[in-house]
Amino acid sequence: MNIIFVLVPIAIMMALLGLIGFFWTFRSGQYEDPKGDAMRILDDHKRDGP
Amino acid sequence: MTVYAPSTAYTADAADLSGFLRTEADGAHLDLLVRGATCAACIAKIEDGIEALAGVAHARLNLTTGRLSVAWAPSADRADPNAVVAALHQLGYGCAPFDPEEAEGQIDREGRKLAVALGVAGFGVGNVMMFSVPAWSSLFGQEMGEHSRTAMYWMSALIGAPCVIFAAQTFFTSAWRSLRAGHANMDVPISLGLILTLTVSFSETLQGGRHAYFDAAASLTFLLLIGRYLDHQLRAKARSAARALMVLQAPTAQRLDAEGHARGIPAREVKPGDRLVIAPGDRVPVDGIVESGLSELDVALVTGESRPLFAGPGVRIWAGALNLSGRLILRADTGADASTLAETARLMEAGAQSKSRYVRLADKAAAIYVPVVHSLAAASLVGALMVGLSFRDAVMRAVCVLIVTCPCALGLAVPAVQIAASGRLFRAGVLVKSGAALERLAEVNHVVFDKTGVLTSGRPHLVAFDPSALQSAAQLARASRHPLSRALAEVAGPGPAGDAVHEAPGMGVEGRVDGVPARLGRAAYVGIEGVGGAETELWFRRQGEAAVRFVFADDLRTDAAETVAALQRRGIGVSILSGDLPGAVRRAAEGVGVVDWRAELHPAEKVAAIEALQAKGLKVLMVGDGVNDAAALAKANASMAPGLASEISQSAADLVFTSDRLVSVATAMEVARSAKARALENFAFSALYNLIAAPAALVGLVNPIVAAIAMSGSSLVVSLNALRIFARSRR
Repeated sequence: MNIIFVLVPIAIMMALLGLIGFFWTFRSGQYEDPKGDAMRILDDHKRDGP
Repeated sequence: MTVYAPSTAYTADAADLSGFLRTEADGAHLDLLVRGATCAACIAKIEDGIEALAGVAHARLNLTTGRLSVAWAPSADRADPNAVVAALHQLGYGCAPFDPEEAEGQIDREGRKLAVALGVAGFGVGNVMMFSVPAWSSLFGQEMGEHSRTAMYWMSALIGAPCVIFAAQTFFTSAWRSLRAGHANMDVPISLGLILTLTVSFSETLQGGRHAYFDAAASLTFLLLIGRYLDHQLRAKARSAARALMVLQAPTAQRLDAEGHARGIPAREVKPGDRLVIAPGDRVPVDGIVESGLSELDVALVTGESRPLFAGPGVRIWAGALNLSGRLILRADTGADASTLAETARLMEAGAQSKSRYVRLADKAAAIYVPVVHSLAAASLVGALMVGLSFRDAVMRAVCVLIVTCPCALGLAVPAVQIAASGRLFRAGVLVKSGAALERLAEVNHVVFDKTGVLTSGRPHLVAFDPSALQSAAQLARASRHPLSRALAEVAGPGPAGDAVHEAPGMGVEGRVDGVPARLGRAAYVGIEGVGGAETELWFRRQGEAAVRFVFADDLRTDAAETVAALQRRGIGVSILSGDLPGAVRRAAEGVGVVDWRAELHPAEKVAAIEALQAKGLKVLMVGDGVNDAAALAKANASMAPGLASEISQSAADLVFTSDRLVSVATAMEVARSAKARALENFAFSALYNLIAAPAALVGLVNPIVAAIAMSGSSLVVSLNALRIFARSRR
C-alpha cells in the first residue's frame, strides 16, 4: 500500500508535464494558423516553423 | 473599398496605401488581407516574393485568416506599401488593406482564457479519477477501509478543488454579473452547484463520510467548459469571417492634394469639399458630384436597378456605386459619416435593435429551470427535516439534488447542436454568423427576395439581337471591359478583335472592323435617337450602314425557380421586393413563379413592407445583396446575403452563402429547422433525466459513482444527438 505514496506523486508529475506542454504549444502560437502549418510541412526549403 | 482583384488592371491610379502603414520602434508594419492563397506553393511564392522587395525584413502569411504581415527593417529608409501590392498583383493575388486598429485587436483573449481553463479542468478530471475509482470500490464493501477511503478523498481534494476553482472562474464571474443585474442565467445554478459540491465534499471528508464529490465537480467543470469553448469557437469563427468580409477591407478613398497627387486615405477621413479620384473598378466612397470625366456606374447595389447609370460632370452619384469605364474626379459633398451609406447603417442599427430582443432557446430554458430546481432543493431540505433526518443528512439530500440536476446536459445541448449545424452549412457554402441566427431562421415562414443579384445573377445577358451583325460587333466588344461588351463577346465566342480600337469612357468603343470604321455604344454615340425605355441596350453601326440594336437583360439564376418551388412546397410564402423598374421585376417574378412582387422601392419602403408582413404575424427571412437591402436585412427576423453582396449587406445579414447557388437558402432553412428539433430533443432528454435523477437524489439513492455516471452519460447523449445533423446530410 505504501508504494502508492511514491507512485501518486510520479503520476501527478507526469500529468503536470503534459499540462505544461499544452501551455507551451499554446503560447508558442501553434494554434494560430493550422491550415498554413499543414501546408508549410510540404515546403522543401527551410522556412520558419509554426 | 478597393480590392485589387487580379481581374482589375493595376494602374497608377490605384490607391496609395501609405495611410495603412504602422510605424513602430522596430520598423514599419503593414497588414494585408490576401485573396486566393490556398496551398503550400502559394505561401512560398508570396513570402519569398515579398521578402525579395527592397527593405522588407520579414513577410508571413497566415493561411487560416488570409492575413499577410509585412515588416520592414528598421534600417530601411522608406517603406513602400504600394510595392507590396504591385508585387502581390504580379504574383496573381488580390489584396485589401487591414484596418490597423482592427489588426491590433485581433488577439482573442476570451478564447485563450477558455482554452487554458479547459486544459486545467482536463488535467483535474483525469487525475482525480486515479483516486475516485479506488474510492468507489469502497462503496461496494470491498476491502478498502474507511481510513484508506478518506485518504483517497483527501488526495482527490488536493488535485480536484484547485483545478475546479481555477477553471470555473468563467461561470462564477458570469453568474455574479447576472445576479447583480437582477436575474439568474444558467451560470447561477452551475456556480451554486459547484460551490456547494466542494463545500459538502470537504465537510464529508473531514468527518470521514462517504459523500465526497470532487470527481463530479471536476468532470462537471470540464464538460461545461467544452460546451462553452465550442460556443465561443463558433462565435469567434463567425466573427473573424465577418471581419474578413467587411471590416478588415478598410474602405479606401483617393484624395487629390493641392498639387494634384492622389493619396490613399481611409474613407472615413473624407471631408466635404475633398476632391477624390474614382478609377475604373473602384467603388464610390462617399456621395458627391462629378467634377470631370465620363463614365458609367453600376448602381445595382445602391438602388437595385440593373441598368448602368451614365455619369458626367455635374451628375450626382452615391456611395457604393461601382465605376465601370472611365476615370472620374468627384467633389465630395458629404463626409463619410453623412453619406447614403451611413444613412443606411443607421436604418440598419434600428432594425438590429428589434432583433436583439429575441430570447435564445437556452435562456428560455434557464428561465424555467433555475427556479424549479432551486425550489426543489429547498423543498427536499425541509421535507428531509420533517421526516426526522438529522440536519447533516437533510443538507446532504438537498445538495445531492443540486448536484445531479446541475445543468450539464443543458449547457452542452445548444452549443453542440449549433456547432454541428454551422459545420454542416459551412460545407454547403453557407456561413452562419451567430447561433441565435439559426434559431431565428428555424421559425421563418415567409421569404422575401430582392431581385437584382439574388434571383438574378446580377450580370447582363444578351437576349435580342441581329445574328448577322453579331460577329462584327463582337470584334469591338472584345476590346472593352464594359459588362455589356463582355456579355456580347461571350455570346459571340472567341474570335479576332478590331483594329485601332479606342474606348470613349461612358460612351462606347470605336475602331475598324474588317477595314471599315465602326462604333459600338450608346444610341447617341452611333448618331441616332435611342428607342430606349426600360431596356438595357447597345448599338452597333458601321460607317454607311444602318444601326443595329442589341438588347440585354439580367438573367435569372439557373436554380432560382427550383428554390422558390422548394420553398413553396414546404408551405413557405415567397415575395419579391425590388428597387428595379416594374418591367424587369415582373419578368423575373413570372420566371420563378412568384405572384406577390413590388418594384421601384426605396430602402425605407422595403423596411415598411417587411414590417407589414411581420404585423400579419409572419416570421420573415430577407434575402438581399444591395446597399438598399441592408436596412431590410436588419429588420427581418432572419436574413441571408450572397457572397458577392455589398459589404454592408454582408454585415447586416445573419447568414452569407458563398456558393453560387440560391438553393443554399432552402438548405439553410432545412438545417436550421433540424437544428431546432435536435435542440428541443436535447432539452426534452435533459428534463426527463432530471425527472428521474431529482427524486432519486431526494430519497438518498445518489452516491459519488451514480453521480459520475449519470452526469457524463447525459452529456454524451446530448452530444451524440447533436451529431445526427451530420448523419442526415450523408444519406
